[in-house]
Amino acid sequence: MGKLIEIRDLSKVYERGRQKVEVLHHIDLDVDEGDFLALMGPSGSGKTTLLNLIGGLDAPTAGSISVGGQRIDQLGAGALAKWRAARVGFVFQFYNLMPMLSAQRNVELPLLLTKLSSAERKKRAAIALQLVGLADRASHKPGELSGGQQQRVSIARAIVSDPTLLVCDEPTGDLDRQSAEEVLGLLRALNRDHGKTVLMVTHDPKAAEYANHTLHLDKGTLVEAVAA
Amino acid sequence: MKYMHLIWAALFRRKTRTILTLVSIIAAFLLFGLLDAVRTSFSQAGQSANGAQRLQTSSKLSFIQTLPQSLEAQIGAVQGVKTVTYANWFGGAYQDPHNQVFSFAVEPNYLDLYPEVAVSAAERKAFDETRTGALVGERLAQKYKWKVGDKIPLQSTIFPDKSGSKNWSFDVVGILHSTDKKTGGFFDQMFLLNWKYFDETTPYNRGQVGWYVTRVADVNQADRVARAIDAISANSDHETRTQTEQAATASWMKQLADIGLIVGSIMGAVFFTLLLLSGNTMMQAVRERTSELAVLKTIGFSNVSVLAMVLAESVLLLVIGGLLGLGIASLLIPVVSAGSGGMLNLPTVGADSWLLGIVLMVLIGLLVGSLPAWRAMRLNIVDALAGR
Repeated sequence: MGKLIEIRDLSKVYERGRQKVEVLHHIDLDVDEGDFLALMGPSGSGKTTLLNLIGGLDAPTAGSISVGGQRIDQLGAGALAKWRAARVGFVFQFYNLMPMLSAQRNVELPLLLTKLSSAERKKRAAIALQLVGLADRASHKPGELSGGQQQRVSIARAIVSDPTLLVCDEPTGDLDRQSAEEVLGLLRALNRDHGKTVLMVTHDPKAAEYANHTLHLDKGTLVEAVAA
Repeated sequence: MKYMHLIWAALFRRKTRTILTLVSIIAAFLLFGLLDAVRTSFSQAGQSANGAQRLQTSSKLSFIQTLPQSLEAQIGAVQGVKTVTYANWFGGAYQDPHNQVFSFAVEPNYLDLYPEVAVSAAERKAFDETRTGALVGERLAQKYKWKVGDKIPLQSTIFPDKSGSKNWSFDVVGILHSTDKKTGGFFDQMFLLNWKYFDETTPYNRGQVGWYVTRVADVNQADRVARAIDAISANSDHETRTQTEQAATASWMKQLADIGLIVGSIMGAVFFTLLLLSGNTMMQAVRERTSELAVLKTIGFSNVSVLAMVLAESVLLLVIGGLLGLGIASLLIPVVSAGSGGMLNLPTVGADSWLLGIVLMVLIGLLVGSLPAWRAMRLNIVDALAGR
């Protein structure tokens, strides 16, 4: 498998008022296509920042990020938004679903950015919901679903546009053990069976066991790489 | 249109707040519809094909100042004048001083100048021959259940008889029908009494008239005729102002009140309040959805898309409320007109008012949505997702 992500000499400095906080220091990292990588580390170590940079949600202060051969650090806001829509699926700790939309409508959201017809959007959303085991909950609103079910809807939303990369920020952080295992099993299946590259930030060592590799970050620096 | 369900869902995310805001928008546009109808009604007063052929001559000082009766012959001699007549405000009230009646003492040929007022030949003859005779507008007669043959007591608020009493008595000899209900509704409210009876009974008049009405032979010569009539009294103690009926009506109404200014001021205040109210609603709505907007941006919605969606939400809110408000105004106006017993003949919400209303809805919507939309567009995804 080739490299999907290539990060070179990546640094990120945040300015909070007059204070400058260097969150990431000169990171070099390669992630293979089809890999499942867990990022661990204490709070404030820069895990989420690194994930946001790879997902194109934030811009680095220095260094380069290539995803699928494209230098995303050089893209403007509009181009980056299009790139995210086509290439990345996001899964958040608190699901971040639209509370006023049904599961089906939530899953359809990324497809609104495509030229697909309404019928085709519905069909694809239904397939994605089926894939996460929630076909019978399509008309339910997030408030009518359990935490685990909401996270599965958010995974369906992340995969509906068939992205290469899944970026998951603490996807099990708000779930009980059983729901967490269901969600992690789903991510592993998406990785193994559908070839999705998964990057997952987690505090939970049990969650990290589902990944092929675990990277540890401490004070903005990669300190070790552990094969699962 | 594919974002419509998203915009609609966002709009009704907090149903109670949205409905309350909608109610205030409906109220504002209902008021707009009603007041615009009042404004239009006043501005259309006197506008008719027949009205264009009539000139009104009154005192240059004020419409309550009288003019000498002797002017009639001189006005009649002006080239281009076809017919001339005169009238005087009687100021009658029926049973109660609050029941004011549009009553005029008129010369026998008065109705010759108003072909849009129909009265049967027999009734016209009876009016000419009955000293105390009165012709009563159709709606006025309906309002007080008067009919031909009734003896009607009216109290003049101005003119006493020779004994000093202001109580007058009239015999209804005919009913006036306005042939153009759109512009002539006023005639259905009129009460005409014979000039001779009025002039001989009150000691107040003494060869004076309230105003002259002239019918010109050629509408295109109206300006010249008006100048010629005013030239008769130039530099006298009774200088006149001659205007078309439309201008005279507008001038008369302006002396009562500047309706356009009043309506404009009220609507300005209403829309300014609406701007603050719906602006606050939109600001709250967007502030509550910060993380949701950040998610939309995360999954690939561009800054411009987010800006457009918030603006569309704001415009949609105003358009829904505005259309409902104007729709209710359209339904209410005939009811208000009917309820006024013909005193108010409000035109329904016309195409111009709808168009102006829709432009206002869109403009206010854009204005109200601009700040929250700008903020949504500038939203930093990372900060918003982190709750900062």
